[in-house]
Amino acid sequence: MWRVGLVFGAVAWFVSLAGLVEALHGRWVVDGVLSAGQVLLLGMLLASGWVAARRTGGPPARRLWAGLLAGAVVGFCVGLLVWLRSQVDLRSMFVNASPALFQLLSAGRPPQVAWPGAVLVGGLVGLGGAVGACAPAGVVRPLLVGAAAALGLALFQDLVLLILQPESLTPVRDWLFVAGGGPTPQGMMAVFAVSAVATALRPALRGREGRGVGLPPRARRVVWSVVGLLLLAALPVAGGPFVAQVLVIVGLYTLMGLGLNLEVGLAGLLDLGFVAFFAIGAYTVGLLTSVGEHGFAHWSFWAAVPVAVLVSLIAGVILGIPVLGIRGDYLAIATLGFGEIVRLLVLSDALRPWLGGSQGVLAIPKPVLAGFEFSGPQHLYYLTVVASAVVAYVAWRLQDSRLGRAWMAIREDEDVAEALGINLVSVKLLAYGLGAAFAGVGGAIFAVMVGSVFPHSFQLLISIQVLALIIVGGMGSIPGVIVGAVVLIGLPELLREFGEFRFLVYGAALVAMMLLRPEGLLPAAVQRRELHAMEEEPVELARTPVEAATKGGT
Amino acid sequence: MAAGALRRPVVRRLSFVDAFLWAFRLAVILVVVWGTVGTLRLGRYTGEQWVDFVVFGLAQGGIYALIALGYTMVYGILRMINFAHGEVFMSGAYTAYFVAAPLAASGFLNRHPILSLLLLLTVAASVSTGVAVLVERVAYRPLRRAPRLVPLITAIGASFFLQYAFRGLYGSGFKAYPEFDLFKGEWQILGIGVLRTQAVVLASATVLMFALYQFVMRTKVGKAMRAVSEDKDAAALMGIDVDRIIVLTFAIGGAAAGAAGILYALVFKQVHFFMGFVPGIKAFTAAVLGGIGNIPGAMLGGLFLGVVESVGPALFLDGLGIPAPYQLKDVIAFTMLVMVLIFRPQGILGERLAAKRA
Repeated sequence: MWRVGLVFGAVAWFVSLAGLVEALHGRWVVDGVLSAGQVLLLGMLLASGWVAARRTGGPPARRLWAGLLAGAVVGFCVGLLVWLRSQVDLRSMFVNASPALFQLLSAGRPPQVAWPGAVLVGGLVGLGGAVGACAPAGVVRPLLVGAAAALGLALFQDLVLLILQPESLTPVRDWLFVAGGGPTPQGMMAVFAVSAVATALRPALRGREGRGVGLPPRARRVVWSVVGLLLLAALPVAGGPFVAQVLVIVGLYTLMGLGLNLEVGLAGLLDLGFVAFFAIGAYTVGLLTSVGEHGFAHWSFWAAVPVAVLVSLIAGVILGIPVLGIRGDYLAIATLGFGEIVRLLVLSDALRPWLGGSQGVLAIPKPVLAGFEFSGPQHLYYLTVVASAVVAYVAWRLQDSRLGRAWMAIREDEDVAEALGINLVSVKLLAYGLGAAFAGVGGAIFAVMVGSVFPHSFQLLISIQVLALIIVGGMGSIPGVIVGAVVLIGLPELLREFGEFRFLVYGAALVAMMLLRPEGLLPAAVQRRELHAMEEEPVELARTPVEAATKGGT
Repeated sequence: MAAGALRRPVVRRLSFVDAFLWAFRLAVILVVVWGTVGTLRLGRYTGEQWVDFVVFGLAQGGIYALIALGYTMVYGILRMINFAHGEVFMSGAYTAYFVAAPLAASGFLNRHPILSLLLLLTVAASVSTGVAVLVERVAYRPLRRAPRLVPLITAIGASFFLQYAFRGLYGSGFKAYPEFDLFKGEWQILGIGVLRTQAVVLASATVLMFALYQFVMRTKVGKAMRAVSEDKDAAALMGIDVDRIIVLTFAIGGAAAGAAGILYALVFKQVHFFMGFVPGIKAFTAAVLGGIGNIPGAMLGGLFLGVVESVGPALFLDGLGIPAPYQLKDVIAFTMLVMVLIFRPQGILGERLAAKRA
């Protein structure tokens, strides 16, 4: 089990040197006792022991030994890093190899003590991971859920503190959090215990509920939707402008995600230039409503939005026509090319007189409805929610329509779809056009939210983020888009230490999702069936024992 | 457009899509011709300047060509775009900076410039090789039998992961690459003054490309690579270890990209975690231009793209009276990319693979 240990050791080196450990070290999980950075390292040790034990067959003693060994190897690697740092100046190469990091890794001890210490701690924690792998799931699951709940509370403590702000909740707040610091030990214990016990008792509770007479399913759904709506309406009020701002951004990405979902998720057309349509929507609203230098019409927002949607739709069709005959990865690159061309043209001096070059279009007024101005994020939030709801409804209706089925058919096989009488040209152009129109709605709101539009807001990164969120959420699934937007856009905004590492995590998430759960978090039923049908096909003969082990392990 | 020809009825009618595409084609041709005539009539540039543009374009094109080799070889074998290849290129050059800087500080760099350059090339090539092999192992190998969209998405993920991983490791600022005193100034070659850096870059790129071509065409491993790209299953039946050949392909492509990274640093004198993106896309353009899967094609495509990109803004755009045409350098490259993908996806030289794609 050296290999597992070495792999996790390499990962430990990477997260330490890339600054992730130190960044998370600033966040207390238990005030004065345990930081998120330490949790990351401990988690890696546990995981190494767990993986090693899972991969080793045979009696429990052997598996425990494997876990111990793997953990010790990870500890050895960390110790090696500490020792290396005492010999050479790592910081001249790795900017994040700071004294604070090594203070943490070596627990403040000199390297000759820290190294054996790390091996020892690593071995013990690895053993713990192995015990987890050998123990029955009924015991491990509640513990994991409890730990996850406690960790979640600690990581999003800013949000929790915001919610606990009212006077009446002060005792709860003081019990859970040290003033100006992290969560208290007793608070964390309580959260851990409550969620662990709840998880452990859940099967029993559910069994009883099944026998009792509850509300009929229809009524229950109504109750849940009402609760959901109230929650949606109350969130920005309870959370304040910051939370509202984050939610608006989540809403904008949801709009874009719904649009791209039509193209990638339903029609299978991978579009990497998608941000162009968002930009076109934003610029259209900007130019039509701006009271500044580049605005020429001084329209109201409400008049400009339909135009923006129409312009985006037309742009989607126009950019769609040339790429009709291109498939798969060539399509991805071609659309990426189009997206970059649009951005570079907008940025260039050649179009500066009309579009404002790199400074963009300024002085876009906020929308006003019957004398009410949507000024702050708390007001714009409602606008975004309504827009997302309308777009989601349209997307939902489209999905099971004749058109939606045609899209899914061309996703599966263009040639067969054409043979079945689907007009590829019009169906594909509708996918591009409608997808672009959805993004245009997002762009329109973005323009009034920021109050100005400039080309730097429309980087390729946005296209990638949107792609990432629909993939993480589950391709082709509308709830998946929303979940993806909340997880990938909302959570990192709330977890401020995380900011710098967001894209690192996106990249890793894309790879990990494709390797482990290609259907996403909340998949559409069809996608799930399809991607797992693959696994039932006869497995190709593994060529090496290592490969066989990997295949057996997953 | 082989696929299109098969699908459409024999008697072609002019649909609105075809009309649109023709209009697009004509518009581009019109812009190019009009711009060229305009520029030549203005006569703003001297003959010497044009030669400078071409030489610079060739040097840059050599770099693109080296990167393009990795795309084209991987595509030839796996039929997938290694989207993370631009980051493989970046990783080598960026890491070698931490060798170059101490060398320059100690004065070794200017005492033994050739040795230093070789050392840097080796470091960059080995780091890039390592990264390329790692990406293959983690992100591509487990997905070899997955639907086509899946490895493409992991490739995009790997690309972003690598960018921000290197940002986390080495920081987000630009690093100024040390300059070689030997390569400052000009050399007179055939009566033309050529910047020394550009001559060195062009020469190194040519030597490396020649060596790689010989490797693929002459050695047994090269033969195995060609066999695998022809037909994986048949190659496996002939006793070729397909997995090993795939790893080797990534390694060689990575090494070429790493070397290209150093040459890029020589020309532009700085490195950055995001430096791989645009050259990566352009090298991909070069690979498609030359016919993807075709090694000499990638070389020619790279040189061609380099020259067009360097000459283009002055030749096509200046004559149209566009202010600051150099800002639109990348627009020319991307337009070429889109045009090639739309109108001639099989590239200039490639015919064989294009038919297979359909």
